[in-house]
Amino acid sequence: MYLSAVTGPPSLSQTEGMLLRRLGQVTALLALLVIEVPMILVSFVMLVMSVAMGMVFLFPPQVRMIRWLAELNRRLLRAWTGMPIEAPYLPKPPPPVPGPDGMYRADRTLYRTPRVPAWNDRWKWLLTDPATWRDGLWLLLDPLVKGALLPLFVLAPELGLRLYALYSNLLLGATAASRLASQVSHLKRTRNLATDSQAAEMRRIERDLHDGTQARLVAIGMTLGAIEELVDKDPAAAKALVSKARDASSDTLAELRRVIRGIHPPVLAERGLGDAVRALAMDSPMQVTVDVDLPHRPEAPVEAAAYFAVSELLSNAARHGDARTAAVDISSNGSDLRITVTDDGMGGADPAKGSGLSGIERRLAAFDGVLALHSPPGGPTTVTMNLPRALPEYWLADLDKLPRRKAIMVGILWATAWCPTFPQGFVPAIFKIIGFDEKSWFLALHLPEVWQWPTIIGMIAVGLIMHTMAIRIPATHNRERWMAEATPSKPWCL
Amino acid sequence: MNRVLIAEDLYLLRDGLVHLLQAHGFTVVAAVESGPELLKGLLELRPDVSIVDVRLPPTFTDEGLQAALAARKSVPGLPILVLSQHVEQLYARELLADGSGGIGYLLKDRVFNAEQFIDAVRRVAAGGTAMDPEVIAKLLASNARHEPLAALTPREREVLEAMAEGRSNAAISQRLYLSESAVAKHTANIFAKLGLAPSDDDNRRVLAVLAYLNSRG
Repeated sequence: MYLSAVTGPPSLSQTEGMLLRRLGQVTALLALLVIEVPMILVSFVMLVMSVAMGMVFLFPPQVRMIRWLAELNRRLLRAWTGMPIEAPYLPKPPPPVPGPDGMYRADRTLYRTPRVPAWNDRWKWLLTDPATWRDGLWLLLDPLVKGALLPLFVLAPELGLRLYALYSNLLLGATAASRLASQVSHLKRTRNLATDSQAAEMRRIERDLHDGTQARLVAIGMTLGAIEELVDKDPAAAKALVSKARDASSDTLAELRRVIRGIHPPVLAERGLGDAVRALAMDSPMQVTVDVDLPHRPEAPVEAAAYFAVSELLSNAARHGDARTAAVDISSNGSDLRITVTDDGMGGADPAKGSGLSGIERRLAAFDGVLALHSPPGGPTTVTMNLPRALPEYWLADLDKLPRRKAIMVGILWATAWCPTFPQGFVPAIFKIIGFDEKSWFLALHLPEVWQWPTIIGMIAVGLIMHTMAIRIPATHNRERWMAEATPSKPWCL
Repeated sequence: MNRVLIAEDLYLLRDGLVHLLQAHGFTVVAAVESGPELLKGLLELRPDVSIVDVRLPPTFTDEGLQAALAARKSVPGLPILVLSQHVEQLYARELLADGSGGIGYLLKDRVFNAEQFIDAVRRVAAGGTAMDPEVIAKLLASNARHEPLAALTPREREVLEAMAEGRSNAAISQRLYLSESAVAKHTANIFAKLGLAPSDDDNRRVLAVLAYLNSRG
C-alpha cells in the first residue's frame, strides 16, 4: 500500500495542492486589479497634467510607478510559470560629466550643478524609451485581458496563467530594439575601457622612451661630439670616450629591450602564448608549473591580453603574496579561453587595493573577459579568468554538426536531387534534341508534345534547387546559429 | 677550422659580420638571409661554425632557431652560435637540450666588443659553449633559492657564472684577477657542493654545469 503510494501516479492530494496553488496565484493576479485600476486613473491624470499643463515633473514618478508594477508582474510570472520575461528598458543615461571649465552642458545651456542636465537626460530617457509606452498599454489593457481570461482562470488556472504570461511577455518582454540597445551600451562601455587602457599603455611607453632611450641616445650623441673634438688633440682620451659611448649604446639597447618586452614580448610573437608563459615561468623566482592545452594559437590581441594578465598575476604572487610555488593552467572550453593561476602565497589579495588586478580586469574587459579571485587570508590564491568566444569559431569541434532534422534533410536532398536533374531533366532533353525515340521512364516524354519542354526545364530547375539547398544548408548553418543567438526572437513587436 | 656561415636578414649587420670575421682570418662560405636557405646551407656546407639570427624571414618568428635545432638533430654537435635581440632561458634550454657542445647563444649587442665576440666564435667552433651572461644570470636567479647554490660563496658564484658562460680556467682567472690554481680550487669546490663529478675537460665541465642548472627551476 505504502509502496504504491510512492511509486504510483501523483496522488489526489498532490494534484489538488497544485490546483489550489494555481487558484491562489490566479486570485493574487486578480487582486492586483485593486491597485491597477486606481493606478490607471492616477497615471492618466498625471500624464494629462504633465503634457497639457506643463507640469513635467509629474512624468518621471508616473513612469516609475508603472515600471514598479510591471516589474512586479514580471517577477510573479517568472516565478509561477517559469517563462523568462526580460525587462526591456533602455540602459540608464550615464551621469553628466563636467566640461573642462567645470560647468555642465545640456544642449546649448551651461549649468553650474549637474542637477538640471541629469534631470533632462532622465526625462529624455523615459520619454523616448518605447518600453515606457508599452508598459502603459499593458496597464491599460490588463483589466480587460484579465476579465476576458476570467473563465479560464477559474476552470483551468494552469492554462489561464500560461496564456496570461504569453500576453505579458508580448507587452512587457524585451524587444529586438531593447536588446540591441543594451548590447550597444555594453559594447560602448567595454570599448571605452579598452581604449582607456590602451591610451594608458601608450603614455607609459612614451614616458619610457622619452625618459630612457631618448635621453641615452642624446648622451651618446654628445659623447660622439666630444670624441670628434678630441680625436686629433688627445687620442687617448678620445679612445676612452669611445668605449664609454659603446657601453652607453649597450645600456640603451638593454633599456629598449625592456620597453619592447612591455609592449609585446618577443617570445610571444615568436612562439605564442604557451611558450611565452613557459618563458615567464622560467624567469620567475617561484617554482612555476605551466600547463597549456590549446590546439592552435589564439589571435594576437587575445594572446597579448592573456600573457600580460598571467605575467601580472605571477609577479603579484611573488611580490605581495610571498609565494614559493605557482601553477598556471591555460585551456580552451569550446571557444572560451580559460586561464587559472594558483599560488601558495599568503592570500588576502583584494582588487580594491589596486594590486594590478583592476588593470587586468580592464584589459580583459575588451574581450568580455571576467576575472574571479579566490584569496582567503593565509592562501592559497586562485585566480580564474574566462574569455568567452575569444578563440576562433573553428576550434569548436561540434560546430559542423547539424541538428538531426537538418542532417536528415540534407541526406534526403543528396539522395534524391539527381533524379529530377539527370534522368528526368537532362537525359530526356538530349533524347529530344537528337530525336532518339525512346520514352522509357522519362516522365516528360510521356506527356503531350506541348508540355514536354516545360516539364524538362521544370525538372532541371527542381533538381538544381535541391542541389543548391543541399549545399547551402550546411554552409549557412554556422551563420544561422549565430544569427539565432544574436537577434531577438520577436521582431514583430517594437 | 675557419669556414663560417652567416644567417642574418639585416643587410648592415650581415655585412658588418662578414667584414669582422674576414678581418679575423675566417672564410665566409655563405651569408644567407632566410630560414630555408640557412637549413640548406648548414646541411650541405657543414661550416666549421655558423652565426645565426633567431628571427629570420619568411615568418620572422624563430625561424633561425628552428633551423639550428633541426640541423643539429641530423648533424649532432654542428657548431652554431645563435644571436638574438633578446635572450630567453627557454631558447637556451632548447639549444642545450641535446647535451653536445659547439653551441652559443648571445645577445646581438655582444658583437660590439669584437675581441670577446671573436673569442666566443672560436670557442663554439672548437666544440665549446658561449652563453650570454644575461642567460646565465637568469638561470642562476631562478635557481637562487635552492640549497646547493645558496651555499656557494660569492666568489664561487662568480666563478660558476663565468664557467657557465663557457669560459676556460685561463679566461676565468684573467677576468676575475685570480691565479689559475685558485680558479681550479674554486671549481673543485663548486663541483663538490653541487654534487657533480669533476672533469678536466673544459667543454664537458661547462655542459655538466648547464645541465645541472637546467634540471632545476
